Amino acid sequence: MKILVAIKPVPNPDEKVKIKGDGSGIVLDNIKMVVNPFCEIAVEEALRIREKQTGEVVIMTIGPKASEQQIRTGLAMGADRAVLVEAGTDLDSLAVGKVLAKVVEGEKPDLVLMGKQSVDDDNNQVGQILAAVLGWPQATFASKIEFAADNRKANVTREVDGGLETIEVTLPAVVTTDLRLNEPRYASLPGIMKAKKKEVKVIPLASLGVDTAPRVRVLSYAPPKQRAGGGRVADVPELVAKLKNEAKVL
Amino acid sequence: MGATTELTDYMGFQGLLTDEEKLVRATARQFVNEEVLPIIDHHAQNETFPAHLIRKMGELGFYGPTLPEKYGCAGLSNVAYGLLMYELERGDSGLRSLASVQGSLVMYPIFAYGSETQKAHWLPRMATGEAIGCFGLTEPDFGSNPAGMRTKAVPEAGGKWRINGSKMWITNGSVADVAVVWAKTDDGIRGFLVERGTPGFSAPQMKGKWSLRASVTSELILEDVVVDGERSLLPNVKGIKGPLGCLTQARYGIAWGALGAADACYQTALEYALNRIQFDKPIASYQLQQRKLAEMVTEITKGQLLALHLGRLKDQGKYTFAQVSMAKMNNVNVALQIARTARTMLGANGIMGEYPIMRHANNLESVYTYEGTHDMHLLIVGQEVTGISAFRG
Repeated sequence: MKILVAIKPVPNPDEKVKIKGDGSGIVLDNIKMVVNPFCEIAVEEALRIREKQTGEVVIMTIGPKASEQQIRTGLAMGADRAVLVEAGTDLDSLAVGKVLAKVVEGEKPDLVLMGKQSVDDDNNQVGQILAAVLGWPQATFASKIEFAADNRKANVTREVDGGLETIEVTLPAVVTTDLRLNEPRYASLPGIMKAKKKEVKVIPLASLGVDTAPRVRVLSYAPPKQRAGGGRVADVPELVAKLKNEAKVL
Repeated sequence: MGATTELTDYMGFQGLLTDEEKLVRATARQFVNEEVLPIIDHHAQNETFPAHLIRKMGELGFYGPTLPEKYGCAGLSNVAYGLLMYELERGDSGLRSLASVQGSLVMYPIFAYGSETQKAHWLPRMATGEAIGCFGLTEPDFGSNPAGMRTKAVPEAGGKWRINGSKMWITNGSVADVAVVWAKTDDGIRGFLVERGTPGFSAPQMKGKWSLRASVTSELILEDVVVDGERSLLPNVKGIKGPLGCLTQARYGIAWGALGAADACYQTALEYALNRIQFDKPIASYQLQQRKLAEMVTEITKGQLLALHLGRLKDQGKYTFAQVSMAKMNNVNVALQIARTARTMLGANGIMGEYPIMRHANNLESVYTYEGTHDMHLLIVGQEVTGISAFRG
């Protein structure tokens, strides 16, 4: 099975982000970029599928040349090769979906895997948009993926509110991965050195002929309000009074 | 300690790293965050060894990673190896010691001094952690002066050697499948691979340490141990330069590693100082505490740049053992001072296992005197700059 895995570089969630003075974005200087954790789960799943049934795992991403670092993480985990669509500016979800669709049309995979959302913007829509642009079935929030013997269909268990839902999709399809699908492996040191020699095909965004004009404009970023420290109450009546009058939840 | 953090990089030294070096560090950091930090205090408190990590570290290629791929190793740069040691020691000096000994003190001499058969037999198994090694040089009466060792190896008929003697303070000793034992012969000091289970060879564990409690330290006892020369004797080195060459490798790793422990202490103290309120202000707002933090981050930064430059020299084959001595001496010394200072900033909390500081401080007490004491490294650098040895007659 040939699997295309879309990954997104995101600011390291372990670091504190600062918002630019003019509110136009976050300060990215000196912030380490990492593979979006949900996308790492997608890479891991693709590798496990390949280990079970052979095939090829191809990573794709859209971003500046520096995104090669995150691509190398996927290659070091074990992916076979990668495609980088080189773009200088951030694209909105629709543009990303359309650009990914172009890559998918060129690569003709049996399955596209990607994280259900990226932890920077939390939009949770690129997988859905990609499936719509391609006209493919989609299965989002996957916590389990099983294939029919002939690989023409897959049963995907989805994490939905209050339970699990299992749906059948015809391949090729777009599947987005949820947190509990698997635990991604570490990139081993020999894997990191092998990744150096793997092919990363760079495609200039302009060469794809996709209209990537933004439909969404970010007006401003603001940090969440700082939480005030907790207080102690003397007794239950005081607690109830505070819940009524201050928190206004009773 | 809740939130995970990134390493301290005041001068942006990571901008000088290759992509592979960055990825190696990221893997090691993630491994330490997920597999080491949640369990290490428990092991140190109970003086137990987290043996389950041996294979996990092997699977990730943490042992002998600078050695070539043909032996199952990663073929990394020395800088990448140093970054690995930094992150491992941020977890615990004992864990870094395990990897240092396996890679620099056992796999390195087999690689540098062993026969092709010895290399092919041991290196791939040691790279994965299937086999563990230890390094027997120090003796009860010979620490800084290893050339005075009493352990003797005598040739016997049929290409055999008979070894008698004892070694002390041997990391990994009781868990090792093979020991690199250095012994005196008529032909000078030679290295022997002595396998676990060889009659007359035992490795009792030394208990009761107040430092490196999550690491195994042992004696090696060799009573009429007979080994096969072809299988056991490292053919390609004679004299004290054999073991000293290994120590140079390990000391280089320690120069990086100690900074990892220092970084953990510094970050813990910084976070604590920002959150600890006394007299209605965070203690980080007081000048005395700021001075401590500023000095800590300055020493960590200097140490990183020193280690990085040394690593680049080593990658080019242009370094000297005295430069390695300077880096080990300086970086371990500053790490120990940082750990002690961080302890003062946390007050009573600083002595608790909930924070990593006291464990690191106690570990660094060992690191300060092992692999060449701080004082010996001063004398090595002193000899280098004066041309006069203060310790050799």
